[in-house]
Amino acid sequence: MSVVELRAPQPGPEPPAEAIVSIEKVTRRYGEGDTAVDALRGVSLEIERGKLTAVMGPSGSGKSTLMHILAGLDRPTDGRVVLDGVDITSMSDKKLTIFRRQKIGFVFQFFNLLPMLTAEENVVLPLDIAGEKIDREWLDELLVTVGIDKRRKHRPSELSGGQQQRVAIARGLVSNPAVLFADEPTGNLDSTTSKDVLRVLRNAVDDLGQTTVMVTHDAGAASMADRILFIADGRIVQDLRESTAREVLAAMQEVTGR
Amino acid sequence: MKRVALKGIFGRKLRTALTAFSVILGVAMVTGSFVLTDTMSKAFDSIFSSSYDKTDVVVSGRSLVDWSDQGNALVSDGLLRQVRALPSVDAAAGEILDLNSSANTAHLIDRDGEIVTGNGNPTFGLGVDPSQPKFNPLKLKEGRFATAPGEVVVDASSASRLGFHVGELVRVAVGGPVRSFRLVGIAQYGDVDTIGSATMAIFDVRQAQRLLSKPGYDVIMVDGRPGVSNDELIRDIESLLPANAQVRTAAEQATADKKGVSEFIDFIRYALLGFGVIALFVGAFVIFNTLSITVAQRTRELATLRTLGATRPQVLGSVVLEALAVGLTASLIGIAAGIGIAKGLTALFAAADLDLPRSAMVFETRTWVVALLLGTTVTLLASIAPAIRATRVSAIAAVREGATLPRGRFARLSFPISVALLGLAVAVLGYGLFVPGVSAFGRVLSLALGTLALFVSVAIVSTRLVTPFARVLGWPAARFGGAAGRLARGNAVRMPGRTAATAAALMVGLALVTFVTVMGKGLQSSERDAVVRQIDADYVVVSQNGWTTLPAVVGQNASQAPGVQVSSSIRRERGRVLGHSVDVSGVDPKTIDQVFHLEWSEGSPLVLQSLGPKDAIVRKSFADEFGFARGGQFLVRTPTGLMMNLRVAAIYDPPRFDSMLGSVVVPQSTFDRFFDRPSDALTLVWSDAPRSTLAAALAAYPDARVVSDDTFVDERVAEIDGIINVLYALLALSVIVSLFGMVNTLVLAVYERTREIGMLRAVGLTRRQTRRMIRHESVVTALIGAALGLPIGILLAGAVTHALADYDVSLSIPVGSLVVFAVIAVIAGVAAAVLPARRASRLNVLEALQYE
Repeated sequence: MSVVELRAPQPGPEPPAEAIVSIEKVTRRYGEGDTAVDALRGVSLEIERGKLTAVMGPSGSGKSTLMHILAGLDRPTDGRVVLDGVDITSMSDKKLTIFRRQKIGFVFQFFNLLPMLTAEENVVLPLDIAGEKIDREWLDELLVTVGIDKRRKHRPSELSGGQQQRVAIARGLVSNPAVLFADEPTGNLDSTTSKDVLRVLRNAVDDLGQTTVMVTHDAGAASMADRILFIADGRIVQDLRESTAREVLAAMQEVTGR
Repeated sequence: MKRVALKGIFGRKLRTALTAFSVILGVAMVTGSFVLTDTMSKAFDSIFSSSYDKTDVVVSGRSLVDWSDQGNALVSDGLLRQVRALPSVDAAAGEILDLNSSANTAHLIDRDGEIVTGNGNPTFGLGVDPSQPKFNPLKLKEGRFATAPGEVVVDASSASRLGFHVGELVRVAVGGPVRSFRLVGIAQYGDVDTIGSATMAIFDVRQAQRLLSKPGYDVIMVDGRPGVSNDELIRDIESLLPANAQVRTAAEQATADKKGVSEFIDFIRYALLGFGVIALFVGAFVIFNTLSITVAQRTRELATLRTLGATRPQVLGSVVLEALAVGLTASLIGIAAGIGIAKGLTALFAAADLDLPRSAMVFETRTWVVALLLGTTVTLLASIAPAIRATRVSAIAAVREGATLPRGRFARLSFPISVALLGLAVAVLGYGLFVPGVSAFGRVLSLALGTLALFVSVAIVSTRLVTPFARVLGWPAARFGGAAGRLARGNAVRMPGRTAATAAALMVGLALVTFVTVMGKGLQSSERDAVVRQIDADYVVVSQNGWTTLPAVVGQNASQAPGVQVSSSIRRERGRVLGHSVDVSGVDPKTIDQVFHLEWSEGSPLVLQSLGPKDAIVRKSFADEFGFARGGQFLVRTPTGLMMNLRVAAIYDPPRFDSMLGSVVVPQSTFDRFFDRPSDALTLVWSDAPRSTLAAALAAYPDARVVSDDTFVDERVAEIDGIINVLYALLALSVIVSLFGMVNTLVLAVYERTREIGMLRAVGLTRRQTRRMIRHESVVTALIGAALGLPIGILLAGAVTHALADYDVSLSIPVGSLVVFAVIAVIAGVAAAVLPARRASRLNVLEALQYE
């Protein structure tokens, strides 16, 4: 598998960047008493604005749970979550839902497009739901950027996996969210298509300044990130600046003890 | 979100269509009932108003007694002359015209010598005054009106149907033996195109009076001078009237004439509507089930919408909007289908010679408004629970694989709530059935609401019953069906809520069919019992249709036939006692005891020997109701206004289900003195000679029929059969809807389990076994529906029978029929599985394994 190597690894602390999502001592416990399971144990973390952050870890490490909590999809058992300056820890479902419209974008592993809407209709769906007007120019620009404007009137069943994921990315970006969350975005794609999709995500960060958090188990995908967090047993165990795929794999081996 | 909702419908065309179908059928039935009855009503409207087209006011006898056989009092010739002499009157004519009672019956004889019975339609005799064409309700199409004694005019549709031509001789039985008349004309009643299979024989008014033994007129039609108002006319005429006559405007008279028919049409309308509502109710189950399944299947889609920022109310609105759109469209289609049904039914009746008067189809605003509202509301209501469940999908389900719908906050309470509802249902039913003193309307309402609540609560409760039922009912499948059968049994238990909802739809249909069957059997055996207990003779002489009376002369002829040992006739008319209309019977005290078994409450056969002219034997229920005791006096008013002063000589207690004698029984001599044109309901005969001898003696009276006592009983019992078959046909609609629901659920289940089926096929389940698995599942579900429905039907029948204990209705469980129903349920299950089974077996294994 060919891997894109962007820059040489840079050790040492970076000058502090703005935090767009920050969590403080977040614990997520499932169940009660003897059978309780802690998916996250007292995790504190800040996601930097305008950067692509990857979260990696073995299965059961809590990486998905971490993302769900960062994105407001799940509530922590303990701790605080602040997104774009707003404490969303105990926000009501309704407020959170409305918050999601403007501030959060999602890209899922299984694309999650609505099968009966065209690509274009899928992209504008968040705005539709919010009842907001669509800026046609912005929409056109977005569709061109992700490379889907020639197939904008097609239904998901008429698009390839990669095309569907690109539609999903456009949908995630359409409302200019504070953070774009991607959950295993290349999990359902082959290697060539994965590269294309990752490039789209990378371009969004670089060209649009879109803060992106990506959960992945793919070292190649992680190597495209500005920062890679390694999580195991509910705790952050490693925090790397951008790395090559080889370095990522090495870090993973360390983390998993194999 | 509107787009999501509406596009969603088109994306799932098959499922939407199947959902819509149930609403379409129910709405079609509702629409059809309205259109059919409205059209019938309009047709009758034009008939009755045609009678008095050019008339200002009508003089007729007062209606003193309901449903009298011989009609109201006549108005005299003397009165006609007085009316004519009034200065405010321009012209007046007396006519023989009674479209309500059976007094003016005239039977046409066809070319084969057979009597034309009109198939339940009336066969009228009319007498019109040819010198006053203005008041003649008929319009000539050919020839002329009768002016002389041997002449007759026949209605156009009968003439064409029977092949009668002007100038030839036709035979008519009117008020006596068959006679020949010359057909001098063919006429049409008013502007009405057809009066259905009814027949009319129109004579000159004097001839009609003689033939029908009417020394007067049924009506006097009056036209006032120009400038004279109807009120003035009425005032002038009123002062001339005897106590038993009245004068009304033509419009009022037409309305009054139509009253009996109106009530009959109303009854049909509400009965048909009831069945339409039942079909809609079953449809609601189907919609609820379908929507629940599709909501579950759309979990990921709904969760995605939530992640994109759709609030719970928005999700609810989207699902409800979908349901609304489907309900609205289905209702519109249903309305169109209903009109088609009404047309179809009318044509069907005409082809079966059961023709009713027809008019242009009446499609009132009320019809489509009610149909639309009902269809849309039912769909909406059925969609509420699934829509609320849809809102329970949380955003996080978008990322989870194989996410299932979370149970609602109240889900845990559903069982206790449904048990409470069941208790409420039983209470309401009990109230409607057993509490004394409740109005008829109150009872019907309680029964309807109670049954509704019963079905809904059992449907919910049955979720808990699915597992044990499936274990038992699925045993044959598991034992003999191999792997497919075992899998099927397991599948039925997996989602007990869904299996229960599917079975529930079938349960409703089967419960109602069972109810009708058990009640029907009970009614039949009660009727058989009742008649056998009363009639004790070789032969019974009765009219062709079994209900109308025969002229007394028929009974007299019967008694003189060769071989007859005993012949006793039972006269019948209606009378009014203390404000209530009752049956009055006239019997021959010397012979009645030999052909009829009277069960005495107070009295004995000796009473018959000493029955005086003012004596009466009364029915026990009648005596109890009015507080009469032996020796008490009471008055009976006849339809013509005479008062009978009677004394209670004895009290008899007949089988309460069907008493063949009336509330008041008097000697024939008394009867004949007070009632006009006395006629017989039955003549009972003991005879040595064969039936044909007796029949031959009555050949001149083609309306008379001689049957053996066994045949008589069988015929009476068979009438109940006829009603039951009609009820079955009406219920068939609901059963069809529920079958569709089953197909629907199975198809959706196959979609849902695509990956699972792919896996089964991958590990070795053959196509055949796959089909068998689906089939077994379907059969088990159908059997669960039967296992729920049959007992409910029996219980309801038992409860109603108990409530009717006053009427001696017996409970009789036709085990054979129930077994047939269970078998039909199995067949239904197999049939419903055909399409889904094929789909399941045709799945491409590889694609199925990757199905998302």
